[in-house]
Amino acid sequence: MAPITTLHYLVVAAALFVLGVVGVLIRRNVVIVLMSIELILNAVNLNLVAFSRMWGNLHGQVFAIFIIVDAAAEAAVGLGILIAFFRNKETVNVDEIDLLKW
Amino acid sequence: MNPGMNAALNSGMAPVATPWFFYVLAGMAVISGGLVITLRNAVHAALALIVTLLSVASLYLMLYAPFVTGVQIVVYAGGIMVLFLFVIMLVNIERSSKEHRFNRIWPAGLAAACVLLALFVSAFVKGRALFADRGMPLPESSNTQQIATMLYGEAGKMGQYTFAFEIASLLLLVAILGAVIMTKKKI
Repeated sequence: MAPITTLHYLVVAAALFVLGVVGVLIRRNVVIVLMSIELILNAVNLNLVAFSRMWGNLHGQVFAIFIIVDAAAEAAVGLGILIAFFRNKETVNVDEIDLLKW
Repeated sequence: MNPGMNAALNSGMAPVATPWFFYVLAGMAVISGGLVITLRNAVHAALALIVTLLSVASLYLMLYAPFVTGVQIVVYAGGIMVLFLFVIMLVNIERSSKEHRFNRIWPAGLAAACVLLALFVSAFVKGRALFADRGMPLPESSNTQQIATMLYGEAGKMGQYTFAFEIASLLLLVAILGAVIMTKKKI
């Protein structure tokens, strides 16, 4: 088997990123859209840690820790918005969240 | 990756895993990522996302980053996904698990994602030479200590990311305030 290089990890991260983008664009359920955003953040984290290993310093890993902190804050606020909206309209369907349409 | 591992071998440290571990973990991560975006039930999708997070944490461990692995498992899989599951149970209506999974404009989304994938593939094929090993990888045993030095600073001096750490705590305060205010019945 060929040794595992940085490029292998980047390919996995790119695959996860594209899957997350597909999930954000395609799914109807808002909660699953938020979970696809978490997939995207994980792909970016994997990229950062792989590059940290490649360059031989820890800046990528510290950046990844900050991204995890940011993902926690954003998940809390996003789910709060979802709950506040659900109290109004009783739906989690992105096609029905259209109160701002003309 | 290889010169660093040779140096580690020479210094007495055995390699962490064979390439088979990487392929199994990467396959698990990508397959459960695909399950997240295609499963009909939201709880099943959350469980698939937990599997993805744990396999990505194992990939971090293969990259000799044990502290980020711990943070990912405790914060991401143990905190954020539990929050998601609570919210799914709060907003779970039977109707949403029986109707169409994909929204009205799904062909456009799929086309955009294919363009993005083609962009990634061309970047990897043309830029293969950019991703060669450069620096000396740091040892795994002092990983947490070195991250702590960068985040909190040495005794008496500021680390490189101490200011960012303080701003991150401010960000968490704002997020807590936002989440509490938005879920109140009367503000």
